Amino acid sequence: MTAPPVLELRDLRKVFPVKGSFGRVTGEVRAVDGVSLTIPQGQVYGLAGESGSGKSTIARMIMGLAEPTSGDILLDGVSILGRQASLAHRQRVQMVFQNPGASLNPRRTVGQSIRVPLDAHGASGDRRRRVGDLLDMVQLPRHFADRYPHELSGGQKQRVAIARALAVEPRLLVLDEPTSALDVSVQARVIELLESLVADLGLTYLFISHDLSLMRNFAQTVGVLYLGKIVETGPVAQVFRAPQHDYTRLLLASVPVISAEEEAMRPVIPLINGEIPTAEDLLALREQANLKEAKT
Amino acid sequence: MSALLSVERLSVSFTTYGRRTQVLHDVSLNVPEGAQIALVGESGSGKSVTMKTIMGILPIPPAKIEGGRILFEGRDLLTMPERDRLRLRGTAMSMVFQDPMSSLNPVFTIQDQLGTILKYADRRLGRDRDRRGRYARILEVLGQVRMRDPERVARSFPIMLSGGMRQRILIAMALLSEPRLLIADEPGTALDVTTQAQILKLLKDLVTENRLALLMITHNLGVVRETCGYTYVMNKGRIVEHGQTQSIFDAPREEYTRSLIAAVPRLTGRDA
Repeated sequence: MTAPPVLELRDLRKVFPVKGSFGRVTGEVRAVDGVSLTIPQGQVYGLAGESGSGKSTIARMIMGLAEPTSGDILLDGVSILGRQASLAHRQRVQMVFQNPGASLNPRRTVGQSIRVPLDAHGASGDRRRRVGDLLDMVQLPRHFADRYPHELSGGQKQRVAIARALAVEPRLLVLDEPTSALDVSVQARVIELLESLVADLGLTYLFISHDLSLMRNFAQTVGVLYLGKIVETGPVAQVFRAPQHDYTRLLLASVPVISAEEEAMRPVIPLINGEIPTAEDLLALREQANLKEAKT
Repeated sequence: MSALLSVERLSVSFTTYGRRTQVLHDVSLNVPEGAQIALVGESGSGKSVTMKTIMGILPIPPAKIEGGRILFEGRDLLTMPERDRLRLRGTAMSMVFQDPMSSLNPVFTIQDQLGTILKYADRRLGRDRDRRGRYARILEVLGQVRMRDPERVARSFPIMLSGGMRQRILIAMALLSEPRLLIADEPGTALDVTTQAQILKLLKDLVTENRLALLMITHNLGVVRETCGYTYVMNKGRIVEHGQTQSIFDAPREEYTRSLIAAVPRLTGRDA
């Protein structure tokens, strides 16, 4: 029998009520609308989507920051939802946030920040040494433990955030736009680090981004999220070469590229010139699309 | 083509806590009439200081202009009387800012904010326009930035608009006074890719329609290629390389440019 995937989402849903005046519920937003995916050990799964696609809600549910309306989240084949899920099991998934400037406490030294998860999860052994080892892992000098975030560059801060996420030896990292705040040369080095960690520690990543060029290079599998649904999924090279869904094509057509070869890869579609539809507009559009599908 | 804006050997330093640091070293660049020029660099390269010096919004002190000239239509901005400079700023040359949420005042309607800008621009240019005339101009500009319902947008508060719409309001603000030079600071970087693509296309269309010159300040090489035919690359306060955008991207001459371009992830993947 093969090992279960590191992460499996089964028909995950999250519905938010839309409230009108006096708190009356006037409708609902299906932020995540039946998402299923699996990520095998050592793989990078890229979740591509724009604002409002539901990608952050998915990340929040995996991290236990939001309760799914229905569906299941399995880590190594065991559900992490509900009361029976143990903290020890939960800690095997950690997250790296988008803006390292905001996700590190400015009044804590690097070492103190990295110790927080060690203390919270009651790690055993010499914690000071462990902090040093973690800094080694993210290729920062050990004396950085005594520095404050404002003394570090953006790339160094993000390395600290990665070290903090690695502190409790997770199986899965949820990377939410981990390099979008960084310069491109710094981004390249952080991505290299993340790749080497997959090889060294056997990590698995859920990589959330709207940077499709980066996704093409970093992920093996891609899922395109639109209005809470994965509209297209597959090996990243294949999906980008021959996108099937209109939204994937629109995304690819929008990517600013730097060479003629890349430009040749972009589908040519007229970009919408008017206003961006609101969530309600999009829901209405989807209803229409469903009706159309039902007819054909 | 004559140069609309020409920066000649500009050097700027900052003095903080008694220590002087030179941040611009002999920066020279040209923006010909009606051309689209990019100034590209990473954080700390000096691109924003260059832009601020051109716009005259550099805080002096701590900054100090050590030398050089900035010629706009042949007149040196650095030596002209403040009065004349004020007349140019926001009228002949205007700026599209990066962050729509912090550049718009949340408690005034779009109409109020555009109206104030227009009033001052008119005053500086000695134009006479009444309220009605201003409102008509505001609706005209909102139409130019492809707002579907300019009257409704004019009545809206910033929070009622989407990110892309707000960015278009900032472009509308820059267009109000019919400038000849538009300086855009990372437009659309805070937006989704599809929205960003729309904003870039809009900017491109507007500069051709209105025969504007565009100076685009950005760190995103893809954005540069989408909008500008000619590129200056900055690093550590110096222009390290300049030339036709595509030839720089295809065959960079300088080591820095080469490493910068190599760091950009490609849509075609690594092996291509």
